[in-house]
Amino acid sequence: MSNFVVSATPHVRSKDSIQGIMRDVIIALLPATVMGIVYFGIKALALIAISVASAVFFEYLYQKITKQRVTIDDLSAVVTGLLLALNMPSEAPFWMPIVGSAFAIIIAKQLFGGLGQNFINPALAARAFLLASYPTAMTTWTLDGVTTATPLALLKSGDLVAPTTNDYMAALTGHIGGCIGETCAIALIIGGLYLLYRRVISWRIPVVYIATVVVLTGLIGRNGVRVPLYEILVGGLLLGAFFMATDYASSPVTAKGQIIMGLGCGLLTTLIRIYGGYPEGVSYSILIMNLCVPLIDRFTKGRIFGARPKEAKKA
Amino acid sequence: MQALTFKRGVHPPDGKALSAEQPIKVIMPKVGSELFFPMSQHIGAPCDPLVQVGDYVKVGQKIGESQAFMSSPIFSSISGTVKDIRPMLVPGGATVKSIVIENDGKMEEIEGLNQPKDYTKMTNEEILVAIKEAGVVGLGGAGFPTHIKLNPPKDQPIDYIIVNAAECEPYLTTDYRLMLEESDKIVRGLQVMLKLHPNAKGVIGIETNKPKAIEAMEKACQGISNITVQPLKTKFPQGSEKHLIYAVTGREVLSGALPASAGCIIDNVDTVIAVERALFRGRPLMRRVVTFTGGAVKNPGNYKIRIGMTFTDIVEAAGGFKENDPPVKIIAGGPMMGPAMFTTDVATVKTSSALLCFTEKEAFIPEERNCIRCGKCVDHCPMGLEPLVLNQCAIIGDGDGFVKNHGLDCIECGSCSYECPAKRQLAQSIRATKKIEMGKKAAAAAAARAKAGAEKK
Repeated sequence: MSNFVVSATPHVRSKDSIQGIMRDVIIALLPATVMGIVYFGIKALALIAISVASAVFFEYLYQKITKQRVTIDDLSAVVTGLLLALNMPSEAPFWMPIVGSAFAIIIAKQLFGGLGQNFINPALAARAFLLASYPTAMTTWTLDGVTTATPLALLKSGDLVAPTTNDYMAALTGHIGGCIGETCAIALIIGGLYLLYRRVISWRIPVVYIATVVVLTGLIGRNGVRVPLYEILVGGLLLGAFFMATDYASSPVTAKGQIIMGLGCGLLTTLIRIYGGYPEGVSYSILIMNLCVPLIDRFTKGRIFGARPKEAKKA
Repeated sequence: MQALTFKRGVHPPDGKALSAEQPIKVIMPKVGSELFFPMSQHIGAPCDPLVQVGDYVKVGQKIGESQAFMSSPIFSSISGTVKDIRPMLVPGGATVKSIVIENDGKMEEIEGLNQPKDYTKMTNEEILVAIKEAGVVGLGGAGFPTHIKLNPPKDQPIDYIIVNAAECEPYLTTDYRLMLEESDKIVRGLQVMLKLHPNAKGVIGIETNKPKAIEAMEKACQGISNITVQPLKTKFPQGSEKHLIYAVTGREVLSGALPASAGCIIDNVDTVIAVERALFRGRPLMRRVVTFTGGAVKNPGNYKIRIGMTFTDIVEAAGGFKENDPPVKIIAGGPMMGPAMFTTDVATVKTSSALLCFTEKEAFIPEERNCIRCGKCVDHCPMGLEPLVLNQCAIIGDGDGFVKNHGLDCIECGSCSYECPAKRQLAQSIRATKKIEMGKKAAAAAAARAKAGAEKK
């Protein structure tokens, strides 16, 4: 009896797959997506659909042109397209997610080697690109058909000093100005908990990130206004902490490194929110920390089991 | 008692239900069949044949031996005529000089067999010689000569002798069956080993997914003060020497060192029984228990075979494969670390613990994708390595980077490849690079020795 298949060990594999992980991320984003459509209407739905479709299309196109295996079935382009749409205002013109997706997929992701090789989060890179190129369209917020300001802008300008219970409720349910997917805190928390439950992400980055913002905004405050809990419910913090800062490719793989990532993001977000020119700093904080990841990984290597004392000191 | 364990590791489906409740059945070699005895079934120098073509050999006759310090003799498990001495395939894929003996079915035993020795009246040296002269090596898979393991350097006092009964590899149930059926022999074998190291404690480490084995062993060591049964958490690779020591004693075996440096000796269940058999029954290592299992097997079970039979002999004697779902992959050992073989026409050796036969569905390995840097390999590596980094070094051929990132500390358990959602060949690439770098290291050491020798002259 011969001619059996031969391969190197191990001969069994877990059921996990990239597609399964991406599917979990999409499931986790569904509550926020649905709430975004509820508050911002059919226009939001159209933006999301265009963004996802164009992200998948550009991935397919790039891989076809460069004669690579087409890997749109791993759903990573869907996640990028979805995250990009959730990071846009509901009144953005329809061509904008197309331009954004092209930037995210081709420039931020594929040119650097495709899935897993992007050194920054593609959706955030595209958002930063759009924000720099079309600042007005990217910062015009409407709610119930009326142009409005985001709670963070109100905090910054000093127009909001003491959020009421109604303000907290609005932030929790998402009835506030902001990007399509960032307003409903409850939906984002449910999604984040789902990712933790499914072990797609670890607690380290989101928990440390959010905790750092709570502590720092509580300590520093804005001209005496200290509303740390309100600070984390509004703006892009929850979306960023659970779904963007945890992007595998652009976050550290070591446990210590992930804590540093969370700390760095929290510190930068607080500094930008309080002292910066923009009312919100989540995107730039994460992008800046993305750039530090190779360095963080290099200096946070774990201890080897059985490391000799000399080596342990070196590490 | 609280179940102990190590850090990280994985939980593959264990597949043990197929064969766990099948009592050990004896399979004897067929009259007229050929048995093969490779001259290297252990770590160390290969043996030289002591017989010639045409010789008549008896059961228990020593047919291979080496004068080297690190080696272990080989015994015929049948009686019959030596037909040939030629290179043969062994389970790991190498070809090794082997003695071919045709079984005459008489099972004629050599004089001097079956003479029990009273170990309590023997000196340590006499016990070690008896173990050596029975050809006992580590039967868990590595094949380290047991008489050398039991005789560590004098500056390394032994505090623990641990029986490795974790059996963490999925599908394998030989140790489990032996614990249920031959628990008293395990205890006696361990007592022999404890005689050599009177200050040591005997510990039998068993994973908690084998409650009946824990119960049986606890019963067998009742009233013996220096032996305890230690439950271990069910996790792969719990049976890795270094990780078992850590679980039981909290000690770490340093990189590149042997267990004795941490005051421990570890031996597999079947090895301990082989020690018992050598002294209490005066028989050398000629048989072992093999789990024949997997989705493609008609009658999965545990079989006591004569070492030297081919896997084909076992398949035939144990009822063969399923006709409607035949095997596409066969593995000598467990699915995490056992080598795949392209044929069953391979002789069983001292370290053959199982023949695992996977159906097409079981053998399916998904396609490799891009690393997504999820860090699961880092989270699960029992050695605390970063398999994704080592994989990169392997792909670009960066041997120095590989060594700097502690690639040589990899125990090749395969946990990283098991967990990887991108199905990357992590352990595979690391193992290959490790071999290359070990070779370079050995070559450099040899060159240094040669240079030092030349300078002396």
